[in-house]
This record gives sequence, structure tokens and C-alpha cells, in this order.
Amino acid sequence: MVFELYVEIGRVALIKCGPNKGKICAIIDVIDQNRALVEGPSIKDGVIGVPRQSMRFKHLQLLPYTIKICHTTRTKKLTAAWEKSEISKKWMESAISKKLIASERRKGLNDFDRFKLMKAKQKRQRMIRMCMGPMPKK
Amino acid sequence: MKFRGNLRQYEVIGRKVPKDKSEVVPLYKMKIFAPDDIVAKSRFWYFIKKMKKVKRSNGEIINVRELYEKRPLKIKNFGVWLRYDSRSGTHNMYKEYRDLTTSGAVTSCYREMGARHRARAHNITILRVAEVKPADCRRPHVLQFRDSHIRFPLPHRVVGNWNRPRFTTKRPRTLYK
Repeated sequence: MVFELYVEIGRVALIKCGPNKGKICAIIDVIDQNRALVEGPSIKDGVIGVPRQSMRFKHLQLLPYTIKICHTTRTKKLTAAWEKSEISKKWMESAISKKLIASERRKGLNDFDRFKLMKAKQKRQRMIRMCMGPMPKK
Repeated sequence: MKFRGNLRQYEVIGRKVPKDKSEVVPLYKMKIFAPDDIVAKSRFWYFIKKMKKVKRSNGEIINVRELYEKRPLKIKNFGVWLRYDSRSGTHNMYKEYRDLTTSGAVTSCYREMGARHRARAHNITILRVAEVKPADCRRPHVLQFRDSHIRFPLPHRVVGNWNRPRFTTKRPRTLYK
């Protein structure tokens, strides 16, 4: 079994817990077996990035992106390397990011929205069944 | 006395109350690790009483201030020299920690002493805490992180799923390649 996602300097990770939940950051250095020093620049306008701090590996989900930095790089160089590798763009286009946005949207639905969703699903299912109906059964 | 939560570092300065204005009384300063300043003052009197002829009743605390980490975002190796009472005797120890702050390292030390040696906080005396250069570190669990190109996977990840059912037919997913 070969691992592809390694904890290494420059590994990009998604934060799963805490006040910075949902944001992505880069691992700048490893403190010890459980913690890393992370920092993430701001991806969207109006959304603050992840300030430099220690973060537990348990709260991180490693992503398949890395940036080329030395350990404990300064914020400026980190941002430059981040932009050079176009991490923000790659992340916004990734499936995980889109799923997260969708699930956030789903959580924020009010009762009327849920009703509309139910009706839309019903309509979609009806259309599918209408097509499946006349198809010969195997 | 409970050493709850993250400890903080305090500098406590105290002295014996002078009998009159002309008496010159020496000041004593101690660096104490405690959860808050009240416990810090208490520990100050505890240690000063052991070393000098001054008690809380005939002394006064001049100043208590919290000492903050100079570079809280720099990873450092800390050497902690401590003395603790076990069930059979009292021993000295040297432990090493990799942490961002001195108080973080000392907090880890108290937790580790409780876990490994069942030593309670009131039985532990921190003699000295110092930042140790990477070349002078001795403990293997600290030495293994002395690598500027450190790289390791996270095998067998146990992810905390608080919504998982009590009974299930599916084994948990621990492989995150």
C-alpha cells in the first residue's frame, strides 16, 4: 500500500475543525507527531485566510496539492508560492470544494426551500421514470 | 491545587515587609508556571518559604506579571529540568518537548508526568526550563523532528465521527491515501 498524501513542508490541507473550518492552509513546519504549523492566504475576497498557528493533524485533511516552500517561510513568500501553484484556483475547481459549498447551502435551507427542493426532486424523478417506463425490461 | 488547562508563566517579585522605612530588605523574584496569577502567588510563597526566612504573613508581593512568549510562532525545543516525588522517593528528571511556547512545553510536562509516573502537580517542581538548540537535544522523540525535509504519511487515520451509529455493519474508513 503506497501512500500519496504525505505530511510535508508545503502540503496543502483542509481544516475540518475549529474557527477556521472549511478553509485551506499550507503546512509550513511540523511541531511534533500531532501538530503542524500552518498558514493559509485568503482565497476569496472578504474571507480572511488562516493566520499562522499550530494545528493538530486530526483537524486537517490532507489535499493532493503541494507548494514549494522552505520550512517556516515568511508569509509573503508563502503567498507568492501559493499563487504560483494556483492553489486557490485548483481548490475552487475541485470536487471536494464544490461538495462542501453544496452541503453548506443545503444546511442553510429554510422550510420553503426544502419544499421547493422536494418538488424539484419529484419532478426530476417523474421525468426519469417516464423515460424508463417504455424501455423494454431485461 | 489543580493545574488545569494551559499553564502560564508568571514573574513574581516579593519581599519581607520592612520593620521601618530605614530597613533595606532584599527582593526575591521567581518565575512560576501556574494556571492563573492567584496560584502563581501561592506557589511563590510556597517556594520562598522553603528557601528564605519569609512567609506570606510577614511578607508582601510587590509585583506579579505574566511573561509572554517572545516568538510564539517559532518552533522550539525545550529542555525541562524537574524534581518530583514518587511513591518511594524524590527524583530529578530531564525531559524534552517540541513546542511553540515555554508554557506549552511545561503544560505538556505536567500532563506527561501525571500520565507516565502518576505524579500529581503538587509533587512536581520545575527547576529550569530552557530552549535547547537542535544540535544539543538528547531525546529521540524530539530528535526525529530535527529534519528540514520532514515527510511522513498519516497511516491508519482514526477520524472522530461523532455521528457514527452505535451499531453498524461497516468497518470504519482509516485509509486516506
